[in-house]
Formats: sequence, C-alpha cells, structure tokens
Amino acid sequence: MRSKKTALYGLLVALAFILSYIETLIPFSILPGIKLGLANLVVMTALYGMGSKEAFVLSFIRIILVGFTFGNLSTMLYSLAGGMLSWLIMVLAKKSKWFSMVGVSILGGVFHNIGQIIVAILTVSNVYIITYLPLLLITGVITGALIGFLGSLIVKRIQGLF
Amino acid sequence: MKRNDLILIIVIVVLGIGALLFINFTKESGSKVGVTVKQEEIASFALDEDIVYTIEGENGAWNTFEIKDGYVNMIDASCPDKLCVSQSKIHYDHETIVCLPNQVVLEIIGGEVNPIDSIAN
Ligand SMILES: [Zn+2]
Repeated sequence: MRSKKTALYGLLVALAFILSYIETLIPFSILPGIKLGLANLVVMTALYGMGSKEAFVLSFIRIILVGFTFGNLSTMLYSLAGGMLSWLIMVLAKKSKWFSMVGVSILGGVFHNIGQIIVAILTVSNVYIITYLPLLLITGVITGALIGFLGSLIVKRIQGLF
Repeated sequence: MKRNDLILIIVIVVLGIGALLFINFTKESGSKVGVTVKQEEIASFALDEDIVYTIEGENGAWNTFEIKDGYVNMIDASCPDKLCVSQSKIHYDHETIVCLPNQVVLEIIGGEVNPIDSIAN
C-alpha cells in the first residue's frame, strides 16, 4: 500500500512537471508565473484521489522543481503565492460540498491568478496592475472548467489504485 | 457538474466582462509615461515625442522601451522570461507594462513631464 502511494506520488509529480513544461511553450501569459494552470490538473487529481495533505505536498514539490528548472527565485515566489492560495480555496470549496470538481477547479484557477496578482502588486507597489485581473478571471474560468472535467475522468479511472 | 458550478461560472464571467467594459469605457489618453525601478520613479517621458530609451538597473539588468505615435512598448530586456516584451503596448491612463524580475514598471500618467534624472545630473 505504501509503495503504491509512493509510486503514485512519483507519477503525479512527473505529470505535473510535463504539464508545466508544455505551459512554458505556450506564449500566453501576462505576468511572470501567471500561466494557464494546466498543472492544476495534477493537484486536483491528488485532492480528490488522495487527500488535502497530499495535494499540498504535490503542489509544493511541483512549484519548487519547476522554479529551479524553468524559472528563477522571483517567479518561484509568485507561483508559491498562487499555488498555496489556490490549494487553500480548493480544500475549502471541496469541504463545503457546494461544487463538483468543475467548480472547485475553477475556484482554484481563479484564486491562483488572484494570489499572483497580489504578490505582483506588492512587489512593485503599483496597484494598477490589478487591471490585468478581469482577463485572468475569464481565462481562469475556461481552463478551470476544462481541468475540472479532465480531473473527474482521471479520478474515476485511478480510484482502484487506493 | 452541479447547478452551483454553473452559477459560479456565470458570476465570474459577468464580473470579468463587467470590469473589462468599465476599464474600456472609462479610459483616457495619458500624456506621459513614468518609469519606476525598485519602487522608485526614476524618470518620465512625454508621449508626443518618439524615443528609444534603455533603463539600466543593478547587476547589468536592463530594459529597452520605445515611444512611438503616442504608444509605449517594451522592445527588449535582460530578464529571463521576457514577459515584459510580450505585453501589449500602452497608451491610456494607468496602463502598465511590468517586468517583475527587474522590478521595472512603465505606467502611463497625466500631468507635467519631469526632466530625466540622468540628463539633469
Ligand atoms: Zn522583463
């Protein structure tokens, strides 16, 4: 059982890493670290397939790994702010039982962007950066819904692993 | 998908589009661009004069922007991600181009044009 869990961790980290790499190839981002959030698919899978704690660990490992490989310290900080806020909101949204995986994923994506905008505003002390938020809300809904849908398919298939 | 998911989607999209429309309808042309490095405004330039200027920061960091036909655009930079270069050009009040790695902000503002520090010195 323990080795199965370790193997699943490894698999999910690898998948998150690949998704983050794919994302660096897509020339769509407005501010550093603010991406489409494809890797959230893995955090969602861990949240529903394993648990809140496991989702946190996965999210943290992914951000550190990706930060060292594709980014620098400053982009890692934005990703951490977004990743941790997003994790917290998704855990709360799941506990509330108000939403399916689609709604939880949308909230995660939207708050991922909000967290990063907040850090960006604080870093350069310019509040007008918030004007980037409306567009990020809309893209967050689209990718969040897509990822929530894909995540529910994956969780259904890996349920036998636990 | 639950009914609440749909409500959530509608609320966020309406908020987003509403904010975009608000920004679009209330925007006014600016008269100059302010250059801020590490939270300090170092210079400002009038938008009605076409120039190319390179901002030099610490440890060899630099950002080059141009003013052309009243629009400001980042054309090259030393940062690893070059996201400031891919941001679209700005012209209206309070629009920004941000380079987070170099902590450089270009912001459109109104009012008087201040002399450039480097020239004044
Ligand atoms: Zn830059």
